[in-house]
Amino acid sequence: MNRDELKDIILSALIGVAPEADPATLRDNVPLRDQLDLDSMDFLNFIIAIHKRLGLEIAETDYPHFATLSSAISFLESKLSKS
Amino acid sequence: MPWEPIVKASQSSALLANMQDYDQVRTHFSWDQARSELSGLPGGGGLNIAHEAVDRHAQGPRGQHVAIRWLGKSGQVQEFTYSQLRDQTNRFANVLQSLGIGKADRVFALMGRIPELYVAALGTLKNRSIFCPLFSAFGPEPIRSRLAIGQAQVLVTTEALYKRKVAVIRSTLPDLRHVLLVDEPDPLMRDAASEPHAGTVNFQELMAQANDRYTIQPTDPEDYALLHFTSGTTGTPKGAIHVHQAVIAHHSTGKLALDLHADDIFWCTADPGWVTGTSYGIIAPLTNGVTSIIDEGDFDAERWYGILQEQKITVWYTAPTAIRMLMKAGADVARRYNLASLRFAASVGEPLNPEAVVWGAQALGLPFHDNWWQTETGGIMIANYASMDIRPGSMGKPLPGIDAAIVRAQDDGSVRVIDHPEEQGELALRPGWPSMFRGYWREEERYRKCFNDGWYLTGDLARKDTDGYFWFIGRKDDVIKTSGHLIGPFEVESILMEHPAVAEAGVIGKPDPVALEVVKAFVSLKAGFEPSEALNRDLLAFARKRLGAVVAPKEIAILPSLPKTRSGKIMRRLLKARELGLPEGDTSTLE
Repeated sequence: MNRDELKDIILSALIGVAPEADPATLRDNVPLRDQLDLDSMDFLNFIIAIHKRLGLEIAETDYPHFATLSSAISFLESKLSKS
Repeated sequence: MPWEPIVKASQSSALLANMQDYDQVRTHFSWDQARSELSGLPGGGGLNIAHEAVDRHAQGPRGQHVAIRWLGKSGQVQEFTYSQLRDQTNRFANVLQSLGIGKADRVFALMGRIPELYVAALGTLKNRSIFCPLFSAFGPEPIRSRLAIGQAQVLVTTEALYKRKVAVIRSTLPDLRHVLLVDEPDPLMRDAASEPHAGTVNFQELMAQANDRYTIQPTDPEDYALLHFTSGTTGTPKGAIHVHQAVIAHHSTGKLALDLHADDIFWCTADPGWVTGTSYGIIAPLTNGVTSIIDEGDFDAERWYGILQEQKITVWYTAPTAIRMLMKAGADVARRYNLASLRFAASVGEPLNPEAVVWGAQALGLPFHDNWWQTETGGIMIANYASMDIRPGSMGKPLPGIDAAIVRAQDDGSVRVIDHPEEQGELALRPGWPSMFRGYWREEERYRKCFNDGWYLTGDLARKDTDGYFWFIGRKDDVIKTSGHLIGPFEVESILMEHPAVAEAGVIGKPDPVALEVVKAFVSLKAGFEPSEALNRDLLAFARKRLGAVVAPKEIAILPSLPKTRSGKIMRRLLKARELGLPEGDTSTLE
């Protein structure tokens, strides 16, 4: 899966939790929670949605990798290449 | 009882608990004596929260002690000694003076946990204006209603929050004379292209021009100090008013319930947008002269353990949702960190399940001490104490100076105290403690309704066991408890009703293993609209944009119609019973 495909999966998980988000305005390197109103439950649900879409176990200690779009893509890329 | 009590051995550590014998302290306690531990304004000028929190330490031997150590999201650290905090808060009090803002005027804050929030809070109290913190995750509608009800004259916020949430509602707020914008601390978030917003002034510029000397004017202990909004089942949010002498309870409960000692490093994880983050995130640690840690960041298990370890936190006050998220991350993560400095851990927001109390003992080496209080009570009322055995799942026993009882309303309108142990009823408190709310802002009738027969009725259902421990059972009304916050269903329903497709809306708290409850909405549609995935998303987006993430529903279900009474009232209880698969009870008044 390439980075663009991963980005689409992350964005669709995000839209599921926060449908008001406009993907076109999201900046890749700025923390998502600085750009969108996401509370801690939203953030948890966002990661659960990615887990469901990719069938990938994501440990709580890896949650910080999902702070920005680009860090999330890189994390998933390396995780998928290992599995 | 399925859970064994956690027995406190006789204390061998060098640092003894402030309260070593609950019964004895309770017997001899008086609020007058608690008052005498504070300084009062010089020359008999009364009692001012900011003087007790900041100035009296700044003038004395603790002047160079670190009052606040702020940890920024991206790793920045900023410290304020008590003397620096005095100067900064003096400046803000002078800023308010220069704007013509005086006693009893309302100063609102809408910010994340940044240093300016704390400076604004304490400077406002020095100026004898009323401080009202708003949670920065609120959407425009909860912000608008609170600013309007509280008749805000000043708002301190950041440029990003102003642009996203306030600019759109500004024209509806005629009382709002001054908006002070704090520079974004994070350069990435600064919008270089944007012009200064019309009708706003820059916070930093005003502070730079202001004098750092200020004399607090005489403050009556009953002068209004704080306005904290909370939610009821019906109607608009209510602004609970607290007075300057609430500081007696903040100080005393900080000592007795949180066991604060002068050399403690204390971390209250709550946001000042909720009452815990003000009473115990700003006031109580400072009156007790400790170092208070403020973390700007959001919850993250490893970040939190890292803070506990690196800052050598000794007393920690957090919330059940966070504790349950730490439990999900696992005890192994906790054990990777050195938490040896931690002496006392407490929790508030909603009842802490016994598993979580015991998990603390296993994973962190010390159990969580749950306690109970509300926006209206201003400070901790019922608690588990450092020196008292814990019954996991119980909220503990009433603070010294607090009389609590389980009561039941009688048919004649009077209130009967239930003496029988284990019998369920409404938790009630005998009025008279210093941090009791003095009213709801401009809502005398709603305030009056909280009292009956010489009791303050809390709206929480509870029971008391044979040994005097109190146990939470649930809310008497339909208010939703989620992640430690109260959400009024009416506020959410009103916004959903504004969506063009919605005919009816009913909002409940759906049980959740992490947040206790999450907000779930049921709606029926107007003729011409069909249920669809797209409409569901549109409704969710609409609610989130207007209400913000913390108030908006997490789930919306579209139903053909909602259950109503004959008089047309949506039956939230029935929606909830159906959601839970419970018996629906008496449905005789159903449409």
